[in-house]
Amino acid sequence: MSAHEHAEGHDHAHGGAAHGSFRGYLIGFVLSVILTAIPFWLVMSGAIDDKQATAIVIMAFAVVQIVVHMVFFLHMNTASEGGWSMLALIFTLILVVIVLTGSLWVMYHLNANMMPGLHDMREMP
Amino acid sequence: MASIATTSGPEPVFHLEEEHAHAEGSSTMLGFWLYLMSDCLIFAMLFAAYGVLGGNYAAGPAPKDLFDLDLVAVNTAMLLFSSITYGFAMLAMDKGRVAATQAWLAVTALFGLAFLSIELYEFSHMIHEGATPQRSAFLSSFFTLVGTHGLHVTFGLVWLVTLMTQVARFGLIEANRRRLMCLSMFWHFLDVVWIGVFTFVYLMGMLR
Repeated sequence: MSAHEHAEGHDHAHGGAAHGSFRGYLIGFVLSVILTAIPFWLVMSGAIDDKQATAIVIMAFAVVQIVVHMVFFLHMNTASEGGWSMLALIFTLILVVIVLTGSLWVMYHLNANMMPGLHDMREMP
Repeated sequence: MASIATTSGPEPVFHLEEEHAHAEGSSTMLGFWLYLMSDCLIFAMLFAAYGVLGGNYAAGPAPKDLFDLDLVAVNTAMLLFSSITYGFAMLAMDKGRVAATQAWLAVTALFGLAFLSIELYEFSHMIHEGATPQRSAFLSSFFTLVGTHGLHVTFGLVWLVTLMTQVARFGLIEANRRRLMCLSMFWHFLDVVWIGVFTFVYLMGMLR
């Protein structure tokens, strides 16, 4: 009996995970188009003079668009698969952040310190 | 593990109770999601490699000399359209309409094919200009990252055609619905990765 309930619980989780609605897909699509068009326009027209600021803005747009895709296309929510898919996603995101920031940070400083002529090695700690 | 003894016969008979009764495919979605997360880590490594090596041109061509943002915008649109048409295929599947499902899947395949063709055109154009993967660390990491994504789309297309054949032969049976849901996650996931690619590689490359 408990096994049966268990299986039903799974089925229900499927339902939550897989069934989108026409409206949901359409909202997701329109949001994606807007969130794609603005960064392209920013870079192609050079609307913001400061390149660093442009880079930060388009990265923010990318993060928002990824969330939009997750919610409207991949139907992510805290309830799907009894919360396990959300847990896996959070774990993966932590790993991705560590990999990306760690690599960029370490390699940037490595490059900066290996630049010939910029540093006198005797001054290094 | 429990066992139940039946004492009606002269000798006791033992039945092993089954540990768990999972419905067939009940854990497929979670398992496939975990696969996607591991795939996500592969792309994270490639993004990190590109982030580290992307500025090393070895006196070769830089992103500004190579990338055509108009083409990338069209490419992005193709993938976005294919995402929503796949969504429509899933909606048709929910209603049990075989013909509509097949039609939307076919449209998705066409958009996916258009995406791949444009990407291959871009690659061949770059290689003709001497911007081969061997030219610089920037180009090596670029071709690895974008090529891996393209390879995923290629296999997604193979999978899509396979499932269309399956649906044509067996209809929208439970197994086929499950497979279509897996491919749906895969396809939308590739679109998510592409958001990272066009932002991090193409748009930020033009800003360098």
